[in-house]
Amino acid sequence: MATEQIVTVKKQPVKESFQLFSWFYKYGTLLTIGLLIAVFTWANPAFIEGENIINILRSISIVTIIAIGVTISLAINGFDLSVGSTASLANALVISMFVWYSQNLFVALIAALAAAIAVGAINALLIVKFKIPDMLTTLAMMFIIQGAALTYTKGATITQNMVMPDGSFAAGTISPIFEKIGQVPWIIFVMVAAVVLVHIFLSYTKHGRYMYIIGGNQEAARLSGIPVNKYKVIAYLLSAVCAAVGGTVLAARLMTAEINAGSPYLMDAVAAAFIGFAVFGAGKPNAIGTFIGAVLIGILQNGLVMMSVPYYAMDIVKGAVLAFALGLTYYKQK
Amino acid sequence: MIEMRNISIDFPGVAALKNVNFHVEKGTIHALIGANGAGKSTLMKVLSGAYGHYRGEIYFHGEQAAIRSPKDAKQFGVQMVYQEVDTALIPHLTVGENIMLEQMIHGMGRKQLIHWKQLHKQAADVLANLNVAISTHKRVDELTLAEKQMVLIARAISDQCSCLILDEPTAPLSQTETEELFRLIRLLKKKEVAIIFISHRLPELFAICEEIAVMRNGELVMKEKTALTSPDDVIEQMLGKTLDEQYPSRQPSTGETILEVKNLSDDHMVKNLNIEVRKGEIIGIAGLVGAGKTEICQALFGASLQTSGAIFIRGQKVNIASPTDAVRHGMVLVPEERRKEGMIISESVATNLTVSAMSRFSKLFSFIDFKKEKRAAEDMIQRLGIVTPSAEAKVANLSGGNQQKVVIGKWLLGEADIYIFDEPTKGVDIGAKREIFGLITELAKQGKGVIYASSELADIVGMTDRVYVVYDGEAVKEVPTSSTSEAEILYYSTGGK
Repeated sequence: MATEQIVTVKKQPVKESFQLFSWFYKYGTLLTIGLLIAVFTWANPAFIEGENIINILRSISIVTIIAIGVTISLAINGFDLSVGSTASLANALVISMFVWYSQNLFVALIAALAAAIAVGAINALLIVKFKIPDMLTTLAMMFIIQGAALTYTKGATITQNMVMPDGSFAAGTISPIFEKIGQVPWIIFVMVAAVVLVHIFLSYTKHGRYMYIIGGNQEAARLSGIPVNKYKVIAYLLSAVCAAVGGTVLAARLMTAEINAGSPYLMDAVAAAFIGFAVFGAGKPNAIGTFIGAVLIGILQNGLVMMSVPYYAMDIVKGAVLAFALGLTYYKQK
Repeated sequence: MIEMRNISIDFPGVAALKNVNFHVEKGTIHALIGANGAGKSTLMKVLSGAYGHYRGEIYFHGEQAAIRSPKDAKQFGVQMVYQEVDTALIPHLTVGENIMLEQMIHGMGRKQLIHWKQLHKQAADVLANLNVAISTHKRVDELTLAEKQMVLIARAISDQCSCLILDEPTAPLSQTETEELFRLIRLLKKKEVAIIFISHRLPELFAICEEIAVMRNGELVMKEKTALTSPDDVIEQMLGKTLDEQYPSRQPSTGETILEVKNLSDDHMVKNLNIEVRKGEIIGIAGLVGAGKTEICQALFGASLQTSGAIFIRGQKVNIASPTDAVRHGMVLVPEERRKEGMIISESVATNLTVSAMSRFSKLFSFIDFKKEKRAAEDMIQRLGIVTPSAEAKVANLSGGNQQKVVIGKWLLGEADIYIFDEPTKGVDIGAKREIFGLITELAKQGKGVIYASSELADIVGMTDRVYVVYDGEAVKEVPTSSTSEAEILYYSTGGK
């Protein structure tokens, strides 16, 4: 069929407004961030102070790390909903290694990593071998892991010196080095490292390219000789590992393991990754975009607290601003 | 009946149509032909309301008709069946629902409930009218390509239809199905329907059309009674130059056996396949649509499940369980459904071209060598004459013919030893077809083994050295091309012994 040259633009007279919208598509998210900063600074000049900026970066670091994992799963046109519970599980494992079993830092981290690999492997097995659609697999896994974490902690919060079932006190202590991970500046360094590494992986290596190709057209990727299943497995492993790193950092930040501590991060992470699609007009999941998406969410949360918006109304404003940013981005965009 | 006057349309940077005057009469069959990108689809999209921003006028029975949207066009009874059938069908609904889609959307009036019995009866009536035996309760995603096409035509005529536009309707159809379609077209002609028939297959156009219109570079360059012209004239008008030999001449010099397949079977279609390909040889897999050519290609390439048999490459027994294995052993497949199976529409031309050869463009730790990649992509763009603003442009923005070239170019960069082409000329205009033939010949000249699967018997005879004729999943006959003819191949491929 003679599909004529460039058919994306329909009408010539509206060219200017079209360019405006394509500008919005590229920079809508950044524009929203700029607007928010302006509004919040106008309301409270302390918002723009260095201390608060570091505060914001610290608050988004866990969301960003988890969202980066989601980004990898989105790159292969998959979707990992189990990241929140994986973070909870990692959190519980790390703290319990210290507190219950008096293990050292190394063992604690290995435990979290092992759990992540197990979760990623099961996800991949169900998706690749049993061919259950990604979202359903990871939805089921979300419940299973959440339950596993709860069962492991017996529904209790793990803290140092907690009362054990036999009435004694837990003897283990959390490594002071581990505590540092959850504090500025290390927590920010971990986030930046995750963003930069995944950005390099997705954009500059052969493997990242393969993942985008699989996400773009799986059949074409398969017939091009790309081992599609292998890359799907890798994507889910990486996604789970990122979630576990997020959970570990969360553990270091809280120094406890509360029940389902990671779950609230799921939706923010998904939102950040989806906002990231449009940043700079990338049109596909990408690490830098995801980071900017997380920044948008972080600024919003922080600013709303500073403006003393009551916590119960916060989600309304948060959702509305997200819809605004995405509306700006996708309006008139095919 | 319909007259289009001075139709012009612009897309940014390209004038797609320049002052085109076109008219059709009721009860006649008009052919519309032109190279890829000549503007025939654009012209028809104007008539069917898909493009509303044209300049010029359209008249119906002498009265001006403001066609600016598909709805306007349907009010005048203009129906179009697009070539890419999958974009117009809803895969998980039944045949009946798909046929009656228009009525379900526009014809319900104040009714809120669907009368299922009536819907299926009406749909069945339409199908019966076409003499097509498909159950209206079957889901559309279970149908073959040809059946889907039938469903689309059934949908078009289920509604008021004064002018039916068929965009390359015969491309996916077998011989019998094509004749079936022609019977139907003649039937519609008797019912005073004007039919516009877009096709690349000249013999067909001459067999069925009364008038033929040729487009080139957005202009109508010829409109003539079929009886007063000849295929050669039409080709000359299409290309703007005379066409000499369609198939490149070549001196086959075959070397040692590079691929040998023994008793290969897959899990549903291919039975006991034995073939052999030598270096520098082009072998043909000929057969009708649905005979199992695609399945053979897929099985060879490890893209479907092999249940028995052995494959030897350069005399070594190899295990090809997946396309990854096939590519590793130097075998590549240019698939039939190139848009669906060959292209990553959201990615750039360069990314598409280098996908199968990434290892050659990566450095230590798998980092991509972007400079080298870009250079290779630009070379290939030049070599194949791909029309694109740059190597970074998204393939989605290229024309159909150029997208085809990208998919083929991808494998030329891959540097394999055995090339499998599945219907390589499907939906390609005559100019591009010659380029593809040239490329394939070039590959053979370099000592590659080429497997050429096609239901276009003229191409098989023109291109190959040896032919395996496939019937119902089995290679029933092997003949040297020099001692056979289209008629003989057709005889075997229809089950003759």
